[in-house]
Amino acid sequence: MGGHMTAISLNHVDIAYDGQRVVHDASFEVATGESFALVGESGSGKSTVLKAIAGLAPEWSGRIEVLGQPGSHRPDRTLARHCQMVFQDPYGSLHPRKTVDAVLSEPLAIHRIGGQDARVEQALADVGLDRRFRFRYPHQLSGGQRQRVAIARALMLEPQVMLLDEPTSALDVSVQAEILNLLKRLRRERGLTYLMVTHNLPVVSFLCERMAVMNKGRIVEIAPATALHDGAFRDPYTQKLYAASGGA
Amino acid sequence: MTLLSVENLAVSFPTSRGRVNVVDGLSFELGRERLGIVGESGSGKSMTGRAILRLIRPPGRMTGRLSFEGRDLTSLGERDMRALRGARISMIMQDPRYSLNPVMTVGTQIEEALWVHERLPRRDMRARVRDMLEAVRIDDPDRVARLYPHEVSGGMGQRVMIAMMLIPRPSLLIADEPTSALDVSVQGDVLRLIDDLVRDHGMGLILISHDLPLVARYCDRILVMNAGRMVETCNAGDLHAASHPYTRGLLAAVPRMHETRDELPVMDRSAWAGT
Repeated sequence: MGGHMTAISLNHVDIAYDGQRVVHDASFEVATGESFALVGESGSGKSTVLKAIAGLAPEWSGRIEVLGQPGSHRPDRTLARHCQMVFQDPYGSLHPRKTVDAVLSEPLAIHRIGGQDARVEQALADVGLDRRFRFRYPHQLSGGQRQRVAIARALMLEPQVMLLDEPTSALDVSVQAEILNLLKRLRRERGLTYLMVTHNLPVVSFLCERMAVMNKGRIVEIAPATALHDGAFRDPYTQKLYAASGGA
Repeated sequence: MTLLSVENLAVSFPTSRGRVNVVDGLSFELGRERLGIVGESGSGKSMTGRAILRLIRPPGRMTGRLSFEGRDLTSLGERDMRALRGARISMIMQDPRYSLNPVMTVGTQIEEALWVHERLPRRDMRARVRDMLEAVRIDDPDRVARLYPHEVSGGMGQRVMIAMMLIPRPSLLIADEPTSALDVSVQGDVLRLIDDLVRDHGMGLILISHDLPLVARYCDRILVMNAGRMVETCNAGDLHAASHPYTRGLLAAVPRMHETRDELPVMDRSAWAGT
């Protein structure tokens, strides 16, 4: 599936929950290898867009493509090979009764990929976790360590595209810095494409090249992350959000 | 004039490896000013706030001296302490969705907060609630008073909390992460509101938060905590000149709006394990 210029594209996408439309006419493209942010406040629909791409929000219309393949209305095994998601809360996203080893082996078993032992070992090393964590349970790990496990799990199938839903907002600033550095390094080493949902503009400034700003279910502006340097936004809502976030 | 003085405060909890001090020998004084207590999770900042109100439940244990408006809080009986909580010292918690009573209207809850400490005729009570809702900048106080918590937004819920906490006219307000459950665009409004009310009423404020830049913006003085101890204290305006490596590490780890660093500095936790 290599060789696509566009990793993710949305064309006039509407998304609903139980018939209630929550995202209206969303269109954007993320280039292969790009890091793109979806920014907005709670209820803006930013996480819903991520879910629709992952097949977790089935009621959508319009066109979604991931690496040239049409989007799915349910979780899809082929999509999972190339596109994985990391969730906000590392306390909620890991099964409490599965060891790190089980969590990391499961995607390999589902997709019938061999060499599990070596792959799990390598995945732990890649996210900077010592091998002594391999047989621990989530409750024996700190928040930062859990998020490393969640990232390792997402990387097990060697996807090209990563959907990141507020990956650091449940973490302390010093831990956030570690995870942001990790995400940046992994992307550089593997040429990954990131689509990250966040409400934190400085995080966008650190990790992303472009951003789409969402308000009340609509994309109001798409801007380069460098606009965060000087506040060169044209939409009034974006300007307000920028000022409230401590921008000049 | 000193409003609150904390001397050698310690809070401990039993663990499998013996009692652990989550607050460990903390001392500070507070006047009618705005003090920010900053630290990461587990630093003991919230436990400090709870200890001031003597809300540490067994098996937790607290020692040290607390004196508030000249009274020794540590020797006060539970009945006197109850009369003081809310009336003289009150506390705003993080998330209005969990700290408001879901089956009581907003107006009734605020009224109850006042009624516990002060018996007024019904008509005066209603008027006080109305004034208070106006003071927290709720445009339509009569309508909002009839709403249930699930019918108001997060920012509005936090205004209701503030109204409830300030209606008995306390002299010290402890705000524990009052805005971290709120969207950025309302965070500023809520903090400015707390700030205005605290100044207008000549109160003392302890703002507890993990967010250093935010605390620096809304406080006069900052106390940085790590592992139960005070790492550093300074005037908010001098935060950029903070000298302790922990404070400097925290400041540097925050991504900036104008970010040009390729990598964020990561703190070496072992470096100040002894502080």
